[in-house]
Amino acid sequence: MMADWPILTLTTFLPLVGAFFILLIRGEPDMVARNARSVALWTSLITFVISLFILANFDPSNPGFQLVEEYKWIPAFNIAYIKGIDGISIWFVLASTFLTPICVMASWQSIETRVKEFMIALLVLETMMVGMFTALDFVLFYLFFEGVLLPMFLLIGVWGGPQRVYAAYKFFLYTFIGSVLMLLAILTMYLTAGTMDMRVMLDYGFAQALPSLHKWLWVAFFIAFAVKTPIWPMHTWLPFAHVEAPTAGSVMLAGVMLKMGGYGLIRANVQMLPEATFWATEFVFVLSVVAIIYTSLVALAQTDMKKMIAYSSVAHMGYVTMGIFTMNQQGFDGAVYQMLSHTIVSAALFLCIGVAYNRLHTRDMNAYGGLAKNMPRYAFVFMVFMLASVGLPGTSGFVGEFLSMLGAFQANTWVALFAATGLVLGAAYMLLLYRKLFFGKLDKPEVKAMRDLSWQEVSYFAPLVAIVMIMGVYPASFKDVYSPTVEKIISDHQASLKAAGLLDDGTPTQTASDTAPVKSVASEN
Amino acid sequence: MEIAAIFLPLLGAFIAGFFGRQIGDRGAQIVTCAGVLVAAVLSCILFAQIGFGGPEAARTVELFTWIDSGSFEVSWALRMDTLTAVMLVVVNVVSAMVHVYSVGYMSHDPGKARFMAYLSLFTFMMLMLVTADNLLQMFFGWEGVGLASYLLINFWYEKTSANNASMKAFLVNRVGDFGFALGIMAVFVIFGTVQFDEIFAQAASKADASFNFLGFQVHALTCACLLLFIGAMGKSAQLGLHTWLPDAMEGPTPVSALIHAATMVTAGVFMLSRMSPVFEYAPDALAVVTVVGGLTAFLAATIGMTQFDIKRVIAFSTMSQLGYMFFAIGVGAYPAAIFHLMTHAFFKALLFLGAGSVIHAMSDEQDMRNMGGIWRMIPFTYAMMWIGNLALAGIIPFAGYYSKDMILEVAYADHSWYGTLAFWLGMAAALMTAFYSWRLLLLTFHGQPRANEKVMAHVHESPLVMTAPLAVLAVGAVFSGLVAYEWFVGHDMAHFWSGSITMLAGEHGTIIDAAHHVPGWVPLAPLAMGILGIALAYVFYMFKPDLPGKFVNSFRLLHGIVFRKYYFDELYDALFVRPSMKLGYGLWKGGDQAVIDGFGPDGAASVTRGLSAVTSRLQTGYVYHYAFVMVIGVVALVGWFYLR
Repeated sequence: MMADWPILTLTTFLPLVGAFFILLIRGEPDMVARNARSVALWTSLITFVISLFILANFDPSNPGFQLVEEYKWIPAFNIAYIKGIDGISIWFVLASTFLTPICVMASWQSIETRVKEFMIALLVLETMMVGMFTALDFVLFYLFFEGVLLPMFLLIGVWGGPQRVYAAYKFFLYTFIGSVLMLLAILTMYLTAGTMDMRVMLDYGFAQALPSLHKWLWVAFFIAFAVKTPIWPMHTWLPFAHVEAPTAGSVMLAGVMLKMGGYGLIRANVQMLPEATFWATEFVFVLSVVAIIYTSLVALAQTDMKKMIAYSSVAHMGYVTMGIFTMNQQGFDGAVYQMLSHTIVSAALFLCIGVAYNRLHTRDMNAYGGLAKNMPRYAFVFMVFMLASVGLPGTSGFVGEFLSMLGAFQANTWVALFAATGLVLGAAYMLLLYRKLFFGKLDKPEVKAMRDLSWQEVSYFAPLVAIVMIMGVYPASFKDVYSPTVEKIISDHQASLKAAGLLDDGTPTQTASDTAPVKSVASEN
Repeated sequence: MEIAAIFLPLLGAFIAGFFGRQIGDRGAQIVTCAGVLVAAVLSCILFAQIGFGGPEAARTVELFTWIDSGSFEVSWALRMDTLTAVMLVVVNVVSAMVHVYSVGYMSHDPGKARFMAYLSLFTFMMLMLVTADNLLQMFFGWEGVGLASYLLINFWYEKTSANNASMKAFLVNRVGDFGFALGIMAVFVIFGTVQFDEIFAQAASKADASFNFLGFQVHALTCACLLLFIGAMGKSAQLGLHTWLPDAMEGPTPVSALIHAATMVTAGVFMLSRMSPVFEYAPDALAVVTVVGGLTAFLAATIGMTQFDIKRVIAFSTMSQLGYMFFAIGVGAYPAAIFHLMTHAFFKALLFLGAGSVIHAMSDEQDMRNMGGIWRMIPFTYAMMWIGNLALAGIIPFAGYYSKDMILEVAYADHSWYGTLAFWLGMAAALMTAFYSWRLLLLTFHGQPRANEKVMAHVHESPLVMTAPLAVLAVGAVFSGLVAYEWFVGHDMAHFWSGSITMLAGEHGTIIDAAHHVPGWVPLAPLAMGILGIALAYVFYMFKPDLPGKFVNSFRLLHGIVFRKYYFDELYDALFVRPSMKLGYGLWKGGDQAVIDGFGPDGAASVTRGLSAVTSRLQTGYVYHYAFVMVIGVVALVGWFYLR
């Protein structure tokens, strides 16, 4: 029905149109705020509905790029406006369009100053994120990738907490280095391939074209995306950014922006530079495992709720990088699933913290206690996301975590062993957080006065709870869309490694096989 | 019918949990009790069909695919064979009795609907565990019962001790699950599947397989089995991962009866029995299981003799009995372990609920030093406690006699060094079991009343809704051993189990066959130990009441160590808990803030701050910095195009 429309472009720029309308609103401050809120809500809801048509028109069995739109842009330099999605990026597009209306709702009452500008920033952010995930031209990709930071900067800078200058400074320094390096890498690849079309670059074979340079390209991309993901030790901007950001900023940051790192690693590092990926596998494993253990321990020492969840995000993204670099079906499937699950769960946890913060205006978990008594609905909702975060089977968190560890076990048992300690450490800090908030005696008068979730809050938590459950019990509903793409990425990867002589033909080896070798003594004799 | 037997408790939990306020406490109680009672009846029918129907009666009900990734495929499915049917009856019947009992026991508590919902949720998770047809669904139930246990231990969430105990239970179990999860992965790597039938079909062919684990070439099945056993140790409170169980007694007593005695803690025994076709080819792993089980049975019994909290005594007794089940598995006698699991579920649930009845009568007093002299006032409870203790001590013809005797016989018949070790540890534990059982009985019911007058004036027999479940469980505690002996470990064994458990046969047949031909003194010895233990308890606590004090004084050091539970808690606290908190804090302050930030952004910031102070006097906002980079990027891009 809508297949002939430029649906990706529509989804990308519709929020921008909404933002433009909000810009035009004039009048009494109260009325401006009210109108800005409703325009933002309706724009984001319509965008979400339209993005569902992307899903409807997407053919999961086709692992290539779909719904491709191609227009000439700067033909002299072989730069074009190309958009398209595959099984992996489609979910991040939907995650962006799904979380934006929720953020609008969550900011309904909590944002009281400069509502108009806030809503504009949120909608611009949506455009940038969707644009980035649908871009198939590197110039476009880079513009959107950098463009995301601008509204996020404003969200933290204008509506953030007291230390926002420091947080923003850190954010700036990290992304500065990453962006410059990525730009250099992109230009080098453009010089070599003669085009900015990412589809061409995916199969170009830079290792053959640039034998001395391709590992440097990998490193440049890796640093850029490692800052975003974030990968230890480039994660220290994240806790500060989260702590200072308003709830909606944290939700977008954890829910979608971190996935830009994972997505970029898959697109640029794994798909375009397979030989260097093979070369760096062990290095990434080490960083991932350190991230899981180190940041879990650090999370355990936090008393600031947002910092704890921020550190837990780093640990969870450790499973993602580990899973991607196993380069086997389970590990890769698990990594992508973990990203999707983390999108929902971390977004929901930041929303949960926002609920408590809006009522008591402190992030110190010791200021709470006994909330289970006067806020039973809140206690239930928080419990669901807490369990999903610790990876309880039956919730979305388990599937990704388990599959990525299963993949790691086949690649390297040490990695799986260390990653599995996250089962214990992850549970430790989340249970601690839950306990400080909800258990114990309800004896602080200001805590006693906190009201349970309003119906507006319930209305945006309910779909999140439902998705966490569905993703946990029936993962096929999400996984079947991207599995063929993952399968193709892995087989392409192995084909290039074989061509480069890095992988033996036929006999499966540790890093690239579905099942690791089990040697039977009996059969050898 | 299978689906109803398993999902009715979930339905009950759902209704009571989400609509408790609408349907009221009474409604929630009726819904959950009805759900579990119907499930219990259905389970008995299923048991009759499958247990006596031969191999054809076993079946699997496929529900739908759960996870499907490459060659890794698991489904939600309900596997119905004899082993599952036995567990269904145990879980649903005990759970139904506990549900009904809770209506009376929790009658003064404001959170009735929540409590019933948690109980039913637990029951559902336990049923998912026992009906799993693959390791991953078992893991789902496994962690699910852990969650329910966490919620129920912490039911009185305003108590700090309950908060601590629930967290400890969850985390210690997670340590076990760490092993279980790795075990599942190892099984997948070895067999290429985690589905039971497919694993079992290949087990024999993988008997000599080896694989690379942590850089070592190890015997594949031994490695996988040991990892799985770590999971079993956590859930079943075996030595090393047992520290959560005594603390779990913070939960309401019906919870202790259902979860921490009859069902959840036996999940490890069930898991190992389910995996019997694999464990049979991993003799070294079985040796470890035997030794751990034997030591647990012995050490837990020693602690049980020194405790004064009535529930903790029974908790240590549970741990000790679980040790018996594990060393039975260790010598390959899975049916004997399941037999003891079944009888133990009845008599231990009876003991806990009986203890609950005592606590209820004594106005929530749990310390036995403040009891005594009440047996005439609550005669029914007293009689029930006698039955439970007779069964626990293994006195003929009560249920425990048959199952415990069988376990000690198989341990003796095994003739390996570890079997023999377990046999003697088990014999000593049998003596101690009888001793602490009667110590409990005498301290609680006999002697001078030690409670204050107000409490004593209040002592009353429990209402019918609490006593009726006791009576049902008592029937099980008396007759289940006698009735089920032939099915579980006697002549009808082969037909009864019909392939749901694998035992490799030696030259004299299976280990159970061998156990029927041990010397004549072996079957009688446990009984003698039981009677001796009871007699000793009478001497210590009835005839010469000053003896225990003297005894403690002359062995002060030894008693101190045992009384403090061998200092496991203190050791773990010093080794793991406090260091990880300190390490976390150290990494945060030292790693993140001092090293990474110091050399990274903050160091760079202090340099650039100097530079930017010079270059940018006009702008002060940080947004500017970003825009600046953007501009540089664009300028570089455009400039490069034109200068190319």
